[in-house]
Amino acid sequence: MYKLTFFVVAFVMLTSCGDKTKTNDDFSKDTAAPSEESATNPTDAVAYDPNRGIGKHTSVDLGDKLDAAMAAEGEKIQSVKCSSCHKLTDEKLVGPGWKGVTERQKPEWIMNFITNPDPMIDKDPKLQAQLELCLVRMPNQALTDIDARNLLEFMRKNDGVK
Amino acid sequence: MNNIFIKSSLAIVLVSAFFGSCRPKDTADAVGGDAAQKVYVAPGKYDEFYNFVSGGFSGQMSVYGLPSARLLRVVPIFSQDPQSGYGYSEETKPMLNTSHGYVPWDDQHHLELSQTNGEVDGRWIFANANNTPRIARVDLKTFKTVEIIELPNSAGNHSSPFITENTEYVVAGTRFSVPTDNANGDVPINTYKQNFKGYLSFVKVGKEGQMDIAFQIEAPGVNFDLSHAGKGKSHGWFFFSCYNTEQANTLLEVNASQNDKDYIMAVNWKKAEEYIKAGKGKKVKAKYVHNTWDEKTHTAKSEMRTEVLVLDSKVLKDICYMIPCPKSPHGCDVDPTGEYIIGSGKLAALIPVFSFDKMKNAIAKKQFDGEYEGIPVIKYEAALYGEVKKPGLGPLHTEFDGKGNAYTTFFVSSEVVKWDIKSLKILDRVPVYYSPGHLSIPGGDSKKPFGKYMVVYNKITKDRYLPTGPELAQAAQLFDISGDKMKLLLDYPTIGEPHYAQSAPADLIRNNGQLKFYKIEENNHPFVAKGEKEAKVIRKGNQVHVYMTSIRSHFASDNIEGVKVGDEVYFHVTNLEQDWDVPHGFAIKGADNAELLIMPGETATLKWIPKKVGIFPFYCTDFCSALHQEMSGYLRVSPTGSSVPLTFSLGTNMPAK
Repeated sequence: MYKLTFFVVAFVMLTSCGDKTKTNDDFSKDTAAPSEESATNPTDAVAYDPNRGIGKHTSVDLGDKLDAAMAAEGEKIQSVKCSSCHKLTDEKLVGPGWKGVTERQKPEWIMNFITNPDPMIDKDPKLQAQLELCLVRMPNQALTDIDARNLLEFMRKNDGVK
Repeated sequence: MNNIFIKSSLAIVLVSAFFGSCRPKDTADAVGGDAAQKVYVAPGKYDEFYNFVSGGFSGQMSVYGLPSARLLRVVPIFSQDPQSGYGYSEETKPMLNTSHGYVPWDDQHHLELSQTNGEVDGRWIFANANNTPRIARVDLKTFKTVEIIELPNSAGNHSSPFITENTEYVVAGTRFSVPTDNANGDVPINTYKQNFKGYLSFVKVGKEGQMDIAFQIEAPGVNFDLSHAGKGKSHGWFFFSCYNTEQANTLLEVNASQNDKDYIMAVNWKKAEEYIKAGKGKKVKAKYVHNTWDEKTHTAKSEMRTEVLVLDSKVLKDICYMIPCPKSPHGCDVDPTGEYIIGSGKLAALIPVFSFDKMKNAIAKKQFDGEYEGIPVIKYEAALYGEVKKPGLGPLHTEFDGKGNAYTTFFVSSEVVKWDIKSLKILDRVPVYYSPGHLSIPGGDSKKPFGKYMVVYNKITKDRYLPTGPELAQAAQLFDISGDKMKLLLDYPTIGEPHYAQSAPADLIRNNGQLKFYKIEENNHPFVAKGEKEAKVIRKGNQVHVYMTSIRSHFASDNIEGVKVGDEVYFHVTNLEQDWDVPHGFAIKGADNAELLIMPGETATLKWIPKKVGIFPFYCTDFCSALHQEMSGYLRVSPTGSSVPLTFSLGTNMPAK
């Protein structure tokens, strides 16, 4: 409920702050996040790319093989910031299990979603369907780009990439 | 025309004086037709100013937006806060520790925003505790009280926490003179004149805001009431009003109102610094605490200090000077240029305006009128710039708009008077409802006032709002001061009893690097659980430490067994969220101490000693998600000596035994 309200408020601020635009922007959650697109009106009728999602990650280079060091870093982050809600199997806890996620989703989509979930939850048809099942919006866990990339590597490891 | 105005205002003054704070007939007329428009801030839009308002006897500080008067926050400083757990959680309890032990409730009067070059800079705000003398610093990135220092040799810390123009010092003056802490205080009260001293404290403020008592000045036993630093040309000086120069110790209402003039004490603190360098200070034993909050461990610590450096004003002659000021002065305000010092004799029917240049000249030429308790008294006329004649009754406080105007509250005649500092002429007057104390203009006591608005804090509300039994909220009244005439815009109730308030342009604070959450990686709390893997319960003798995590929408662990009656249970709850505005709460049935509210990334601790056998549910008290109602758990309490093993779990039913 609160989140919905926030978006309405954020929308009003972003679209109607007139002469205060300069100063209002820097304080809104959307613009504070690393994504460029989110600084623009999130309800713009631009075509949503369900493969890539919304965010600055346009292409992610995956190696042929797993980077074990990155995956190990990712696992540390997973235990602090993710494991409360996601299992490594395909079993749902608060959110869906991670098994197979790197096969279902493009790496860009994963990177964009985990670094700035809110605008994608509002747009992405799969995420909206997921929200109806889970009823909890995935929280923004303040991941840096490096955190997110390491997590992605750990997800790949979890999906059997060697 | 002018004459008629003066006569009629005089008549109003007289009538008001007779009937106290009776309500003028034209209350409604006092509000202009466009007032609503001027205070309307549309939903989702921000206010122009942050307005920090002292909570008076509530001990806290409230934060409003101006001009809407929307309440943004109440920041706990000197009292326990049942909203945030401040003063209840184990981590915050040390903040309210004093040399007298734990003080859960104090009286908070004045606030002062930090300044750079005499201008408000949006870093911190300082607050005084009046009753058990202390100064606090609130960090405006977190709106949290991060430091409190106690003031020895003091009582009734009223002329505080005013600062110098680069926040070099924050000062405090004792309102109730008392025997010093290391003297034998077990003396007859009527030995005031021999044994009671008035101490002024100069607290050094470091680069990161850290406070330390640099020195205290021992002054005569009188009541130091209010103070303000010199600025610009008078930077290096501090001015304190004092009353009860009669040194009465009983029925002050009468006995402290005998002298025609009391004093404003001018303190040359740069000179004091020179004396300290020259080794003229004396180290004196004194016990006082210094409490600090650590944002990485989310924990406060309280340290006892044992010594303070004292300068004797009787011996070191050229630090302090007395300027005679009529009738028990209260407010002591310095205009933005630093030239004019305004004393408000609260029983006087005029306002004396002193000139800094004249004062310095008088000191150089030794135009003295003898001494008071060993301190030179400057001749009244030698320091006086002029008097504002017949301004009203009971002047208290003056603020400035930066355009050469001063605004003074009058308690007895219940009005605010605008006057020209140079010509001393009265320009405008408005009635207020009722009996104002302080007034506040954004930046109004700094070198650069922002003007535009003035808020007047009234002591009596009476019939202004819907009645709420015998206790009524105090009232603030917002005025537009952008034009020649002051225009009433809005009335609004406040929290506690606002004394002084300060305001700053919103951008100065909202763009100062506001903290949105605590980074879990940087959480160095000794009992943090960084992730559910670290959630556990450990027993050490009769102490049980629960390392608990919370995230939307469950606790880990949520089934705990093996706790016994009489155990000391510590719930160390870490909020794993890393997003703005997602606190979690924690409450357990029967907790006779408190609840917790934990910010994202923070760890907080609730201590609980179970007294009864049974099953005790705990739950999140701050609505966090659609599954908030599910965010709960059970703790089993067994009898003392029970053999139920200590177990903890989440999501797995323990095998039945």
